[in-house]
Amino acid sequence: MSGTTTAVRDIGTGMRRFVGRRVSWIPVFAALGILLVLMLAGQAYFGTFITPRVLSSLLLDNAYLLILAVGMTFVIITGGIDLSVGAVLAFTAMLGARLLSEGLPAVLVIPVMLLGGSLIGLLIGVLIQFFDVQPFIASLAGLFAARGLAFLVSLSSIKVEDPLILWLQTKLFYLDGWFLSPTGIIALLVVAAGALVLHFTRFGRTIYAIGGNEQSARLMGLPVVRTKLLAYVISGACAGLAGVVFTAYQGAGYPLNGVGTELDTIAAVVIGGTLLTGGSGYVLGSMIGVFVYGMIKTAISFLGAEQSWTRITIGALLLVFVVVQRVIVSRSNRR
Amino acid sequence: MTRIFKHRLVLPIAALVALVLVNTISRPSFVSITIRDGQLYGSVIDILRNSAPLMLVALGMTIVIATRGIDLSVGALMAVSGAVALTIIDGSGSPDSPVTLTIAIIAGVAVTLVFGIWNGFLVAVLGIQPIIATLVLMLAGRGIALLITGGFITTVTSTPYKFMSQGYLLGLPFAFYVSAVAILLVAVIERRTALGVLTESVGINPEASRLAGVRSRGIVWGAYAASGLLAGFAGILYSSNIMAADANAAGQYIELDAILAVVLGGTSLMGGKFSIAGTVIGVFTIQTLKSTITFLGVPPAVSPLFMALVVVLVVLVQSRRVRTGLARLSAAVSSRKNPEVAR
Repeated sequence: MSGTTTAVRDIGTGMRRFVGRRVSWIPVFAALGILLVLMLAGQAYFGTFITPRVLSSLLLDNAYLLILAVGMTFVIITGGIDLSVGAVLAFTAMLGARLLSEGLPAVLVIPVMLLGGSLIGLLIGVLIQFFDVQPFIASLAGLFAARGLAFLVSLSSIKVEDPLILWLQTKLFYLDGWFLSPTGIIALLVVAAGALVLHFTRFGRTIYAIGGNEQSARLMGLPVVRTKLLAYVISGACAGLAGVVFTAYQGAGYPLNGVGTELDTIAAVVIGGTLLTGGSGYVLGSMIGVFVYGMIKTAISFLGAEQSWTRITIGALLLVFVVVQRVIVSRSNRR
Repeated sequence: MTRIFKHRLVLPIAALVALVLVNTISRPSFVSITIRDGQLYGSVIDILRNSAPLMLVALGMTIVIATRGIDLSVGALMAVSGAVALTIIDGSGSPDSPVTLTIAIIAGVAVTLVFGIWNGFLVAVLGIQPIIATLVLMLAGRGIALLITGGFITTVTSTPYKFMSQGYLLGLPFAFYVSAVAILLVAVIERRTALGVLTESVGINPEASRLAGVRSRGIVWGAYAASGLLAGFAGILYSSNIMAADANAAGQYIELDAILAVVLGGTSLMGGKFSIAGTVIGVFTIQTLKSTITFLGVPPAVSPLFMALVVVLVVLVQSRRVRTGLARLSAAVSSRKNPEVAR
């Protein structure tokens, strides 16, 4: 009898120790829990919700958002924010579509798109790092600039007929009813690369250190300037890559693409457990956040309800997570 | 003379004057005002009228930024108030009656006031970062507006409602009086009472002002409520201008324009000291810039690019690095001019 109580107590302390050591993972588990609840509730309600087809298209439809979220995670962990990603996506997509329609080969156009995105990211980083501009304002300037540039390329949409770009989306690898397109593979690779870089490289640890306390990181002799600049360049490059994926997804470039996508991205990253104050967060969490977002969208279209509910639900979910994070942070501060 | 140059409104005023000068030189008709049927017409009058929604939003944003916050939800709140007001007018049998109009406006503004109070609750009571707290409504607000209008763009015909943004009173556009009254009210409440000073103290150091006995929670809360209220009125004006409740287009990017106007007016985003006169100048600068861009024949869609250039220019002028660099440069130039003095 006493043996069972000690065993229970052991499990209890073990749990507490586990939770105590991994406080920053709690929001990720919470997001995972919500994702599972959403899937189970959908399955119970619709009957045919968790099918390979639905889950596969979840990745396909949100590949661009996943790539954006990885870049955003880097920036937010340093304690910054990047509002420009949606507009940069639109700009690079337009640029790519225009260059392709002029007859340039895709193997040349894709690097140009990535470079364009990185360049805008670099400019934002320079404004923040060297001119003490707040990340919010600097990336706002980036948003305006990229949106204007997108319209400068063309005022109307440009159709893309390049076989390589279209192959990225239309080529489907089938396996038992599951399917995966090259865009999905690219997105998963970006997630893997992001996670590896953040956790197993000096650069990644510097990112966390800057978000924890920039002053301390500088005093420790960490390369703060270079790392912060690079974080924004990564976000810009991710936006460029998302532009490639989005062009493949839409089969065209349209200058009004991605309006409000920066908000969806930030919401997904926050739901995935990254603290907006910086210093804590995981790329895998952001991936779960994107899937939560996609799942809500899918569920709402299954319900046949208006898509305006997506934004309302995401807003409500964001609120819940922010409050939960607030409680976690104030608790760990008290300790 | 140096005191005049050191005044913090010099740069904003200089920017506005320069912009007006450029316009006047490139098209002399810019400053000309014609009188038709006792009503004034001209580019300047247009700017006064069209700037009204931005003016209301920017005034609210000034107070919020002074408390070290930011309100991203204003554009979405504009969409909500327009949707509520027009849905009420659309549903009533007498769209021209003043009673319907009053009910519609009060209802629209009341809803955004509640949303503003909600924002303030999240920031002041729960202590959530302002960007995120207001991001919630920025995301959800347009969805709510779409639900209110049923996913359609509600259009109405109501002469008195139309009057608010397109009518004239004593020769000037009615919308101009609305923004003038708002400026006066905010200026009196903030500057003729202690509220403005208390707001600045909360923005400069929340903890110290709390210890000094300032009820910072109430002040921050009130700032967001005021911003919500003003955004509501801005939404009414916007919807009256196009006589339609467009949940997607109403107030799009206005939060960014408003933040830019506040920053142009010399109020720092770090909170603390704020300038209502500066914000007013900032709003006119932005509206003049927009009118200039249209005049230059740039497609309106490309105008964000110009806005980006202005943002970058403004933040560069405000940044310490550029300022010290310029000071050093001018010192070097003057010492080279007067070598005796330097020696």
